[in-house]
Amino acid sequence: MTDFKLDGAPKIVEPTVYELSSPGRIGVDFPEPDVPRTKLPDAMLRKELPLPELSEVDVVRHFVKLSTFNYSVDSGFYPLGSCTMKYNPKINEDTARLPGFANLHPMQPIETTQGALVLMFQLQEWLKEISGFDAITLQPAAGAHGEFVGVLMMRAYHRDRNDMKRMKMLIPDSAHGTNPATSAMSGLKVVQIPSDERGNVDLDALRAEADDTLVGMMLTNPNTLGLFDENVEEICQIVHDAGGLMYGDGANMNAMLGITKMADLGFDVMHYNLHKTFSTPHGGGGPGSGPVCVTAELADFLPAPIVDVVEEEAEGLPPLFGLVDPPKTIGRVKAFHGHFGMFVRAFTYIAMHGPDGLRDVSEYAVLNANYILARLRDTYHVPYDRICMHEFVAEGRWKDAPDIHALDIAKRLMDYGFHPPTNYFPLIVHEALMIEPTETENKVTLDTFIDAMLKIAEEAHATPDLLHEAPHNTPFGRLDEVKAAKDLVLCCWLPENYGEQ
Amino acid sequence: MNIPSNLKYTKSDEWVDLESGKMGLTDYAQGQLSDIVFVEALVDVDDTLEVGGEISSVESVKASAEVYAPAGGTVVAVNEGLADTPEVINSDPYGAGWLVQVDVSSQSDELMDSAAYEKYCADRD
Repeated sequence: MTDFKLDGAPKIVEPTVYELSSPGRIGVDFPEPDVPRTKLPDAMLRKELPLPELSEVDVVRHFVKLSTFNYSVDSGFYPLGSCTMKYNPKINEDTARLPGFANLHPMQPIETTQGALVLMFQLQEWLKEISGFDAITLQPAAGAHGEFVGVLMMRAYHRDRNDMKRMKMLIPDSAHGTNPATSAMSGLKVVQIPSDERGNVDLDALRAEADDTLVGMMLTNPNTLGLFDENVEEICQIVHDAGGLMYGDGANMNAMLGITKMADLGFDVMHYNLHKTFSTPHGGGGPGSGPVCVTAELADFLPAPIVDVVEEEAEGLPPLFGLVDPPKTIGRVKAFHGHFGMFVRAFTYIAMHGPDGLRDVSEYAVLNANYILARLRDTYHVPYDRICMHEFVAEGRWKDAPDIHALDIAKRLMDYGFHPPTNYFPLIVHEALMIEPTETENKVTLDTFIDAMLKIAEEAHATPDLLHEAPHNTPFGRLDEVKAAKDLVLCCWLPENYGEQ
Repeated sequence: MNIPSNLKYTKSDEWVDLESGKMGLTDYAQGQLSDIVFVEALVDVDDTLEVGGEISSVESVKASAEVYAPAGGTVVAVNEGLADTPEVINSDPYGAGWLVQVDVSSQSDELMDSAAYEKYCADRD
């Protein structure tokens, strides 16, 4: 008899395809072969990789059911700070699937791929215009890859000048975690610079480290507190005076489109995250794309190749676009030309918005974040409380609710139908909750989220166990993070051994 | 919060027992990190450890952190058991959760006594 388990809270549990498998069940028929059948030699047959046996409807139901466990920006509000989980307009998917783009092969002769090359060239021009830089590569696969490329170019710049003693990279404590990781991966010594009480880089600490061993500094601006550094030009000056270069982490560009150009502030290198700032799917949808912009001084070091005009316009013929290698290039950093599908989507997004529309994007992103901040600041302590950019960081704790942590608030938000904000980052805020609404959310959505946050603050004091045991309304309850981290099992057992573990 | 009076403390939340030469992470630090799931010793027995040198890398469900030596000297023991039971740092940070033991020959100029460290923790909260 089937045990329906109808008592208690309904928990949806979906078996694996191996558990659903039944010998002999099939979903497809192969046509009769049009060549004689030959038996494969026994030595070439692999028996250790059994396949599940399922019908088509078994497979469809299995994956549709699993897909309903997902939470995405298409299903609800997703205020994951510093990640810019922006809605990806569906027209992006139409343009990326146009056969002229989708069916291209990167090794086709350039005469047959002019449309794609023109799109890449135009995207390069737009991204240079938005950031104020002179040159760009579209190759890097995502943000951290872009950082790595940027830092390699900074190193190459110093080596090219025969300035070999520069091995130190300065990283503020409000930087993205990828910044120190990138510097360490590049073989550099990482020195952390503290923040001052307003959440800016501590200038005295910076001056103390600014010497002739400096490769440069990696600054996330706005920083991970969601604050625009009020001394950014002075910071750039201090680093330049010491002979270092300024790297700008452009992950938070969503606050500045059409308002501030990173190059004008004094930065020498910057990466974009196309998948954050210019829509394109993000968060499981990927892939990312992390173009890197540089000043003219660094242009010769860009990865090869970049898209440029290889034959000027002449006699009524349009210019011919092709691929060129910068003279002192650090080399190729990605197969072919990067994630071309992301270029099409970002191109579409920029073209659809235009200059005024992009400025609107940033203004609404900043307005939305400040609206949430204004309605929550009396209930949730905000340690660096000033006008924020596109995100802000609150504390998920109260003195009179001592057992409540940011994690409990994040889990409880899931019961109200929201994706939790980033928590426990940045590290300089206790029990951090980092909230980034993005520009697309309307006031009704923002108010509903705020009301849920206020309700949770009440519950934290009145019924704390409700938070400790959250989430209650999701397919799975609170997961054991310690076990997940310590006893990670990634192998698939053979069906005949299933159940032994 | 537990801050034993016989130990000395650093601003980066390590403790050292200058008598035995044992050192580890403070109760405050383990509380901030929450559940510790991974510990890697970065020194071996007989290594010479400088003040401020990295002794261990600790990872929790929230964050990862490097642990720096409050005192220098020759390493005489490394707590190997932590590799299998890192959660001991959470439950017993000053006892079974010790990380490294050295034959102390130097110490940081900035070590705090328990009263100063208690104030230092309170100021950060």
